[in-house]
Amino acid sequence: MKMTMRKAAAAAVFAASLAGIAGYASVATAQQAAPALDASEKEIERYRAMINDPMANPGYLFVDRGEVLWSLKRGAKNVSLEGCDLGEGTGKLEGAFAKLPRYFADADKVMDVEQRLLWCMQKVQELDTADVLRRRFGSPSATSDLQDLTAFIANKSNGMKYQPQTGHAKEQEMLAAGEELFYRRGGVMDFACSTCHGDDGKRIRLQGLPNFSRPGKDAKDTMGGWPTYRVSQSQTRTMQHRLWDCYRQMRHPAPDFGSDGVTALTAYMVKMAEGGDINVPSIKR
Amino acid sequence: MKIIFAAALVCGFASGALAQQPAKIDAATADRYVKSMWSKAGPEWATSLTPDETNAVCSATRNAPSPAEFDKIVAREKAAVVFPADGVVLGDWKKGEVVAQRGTGGQFTDAPDTFRGGNCYACHEMAAKEVSYGTLGPSLKGYGKARAFSKDEAKNAYAKVYNAQSVLACSQMPRFGHNKFLSEAQIKDVVAYLFDPESPVNK
Repeated sequence: MKMTMRKAAAAAVFAASLAGIAGYASVATAQQAAPALDASEKEIERYRAMINDPMANPGYLFVDRGEVLWSLKRGAKNVSLEGCDLGEGTGKLEGAFAKLPRYFADADKVMDVEQRLLWCMQKVQELDTADVLRRRFGSPSATSDLQDLTAFIANKSNGMKYQPQTGHAKEQEMLAAGEELFYRRGGVMDFACSTCHGDDGKRIRLQGLPNFSRPGKDAKDTMGGWPTYRVSQSQTRTMQHRLWDCYRQMRHPAPDFGSDGVTALTAYMVKMAEGGDINVPSIKR
Repeated sequence: MKIIFAAALVCGFASGALAQQPAKIDAATADRYVKSMWSKAGPEWATSLTPDETNAVCSATRNAPSPAEFDKIVAREKAAVVFPADGVVLGDWKKGEVVAQRGTGGQFTDAPDTFRGGNCYACHEMAAKEVSYGTLGPSLKGYGKARAFSKDEAKNAYAKVYNAQSVLACSQMPRFGHNKFLSEAQIKDVVAYLFDPESPVNK
């Protein structure tokens, strides 16, 4: 089972490298117009390229654990999550992440991947999720089922493009709420998401800041790489963690895991990343 | 004919832009999302949950207030600036450098007694020797020197750090004194970092 997946992944990397060669000439031309990367940025890019390979990317350890958890029978009903509908049909994984967050009629709610997983654990498996929620963010002393499952599910949309869902009225409200939250200033620093992510080409200290105030390359490149393996944390982190960390740095309160506010911001960011290629888990600092 | 064509183009763009815009939500709905997200936040986080009038206007206008709103914000914020009682706005530039460099304090993972830094370098270039600076705000390199170390300019800088919106409505800069994040002494130290001829900012 694992070997098959590894072989497929290796084949995908080979195919991608071929595509990379074919696309090289046009990319090289485009890069001449972009500002030159400084030495440290080049070194980071080289390091990323080196480990952005399923055979070497530690993020895939989380994907593999997530695969096991997906088919693990547990809860009062002693069934696996294969009975969970992530939006594309019961048990169907391919392409599901590319359309999340989306509206689920059975819950009458717009959900992101983690909200949906929690819902399925509670309703399909009848699992007490207190322990799963306690381990919502992995640490050296505890793995996180939610991180692992999210990495596994998101990986099943690799090679696909983000297709934000806006057909249902509740999806439209979620998107509008996300935009509202993106610009909502407050707290002791008067910060909103837009303070740092509202313009092109800005940086905090030496760290580049993607612009999320409009659709485009920044949003596509960023969202296309989440979940990501954070080298500094030795964990595959999801957008739930990234937004928790943003609000920490903004001097706002800790957002509740799986709350509608976090899903609204995710829906907004996915909308800005519409059409962006998904290739996860990526590797980041 | 040209005018009609141009008008049609403008209309086309306008309706295209409108179609892209998601419907706005009302304040009550926005509050519902905020409360769902920060349901466990204690009273010390009140200004995150319920922004003041200035933040409400800046958020609603995407930091582009109308001229009337702009003047109203500047007037209100200006009236709220508290200068040091003795009129001295210059502190110790060496302490100011620490405030400018440090970005700690006030995070939900911080202890309440964690040192509070202004983190000026996150957004501004200041001393030429410090190459790790952000670009969200303008460069402040040589700030005092460029202003001939003027006392009035130092007082203006104190007001700006204390409450950036007393100068520019919907400025992205935190209102460090107004929101009681930095102390009066810390703000004086930062102003000295900008205005002392010995400060590396002016070297």
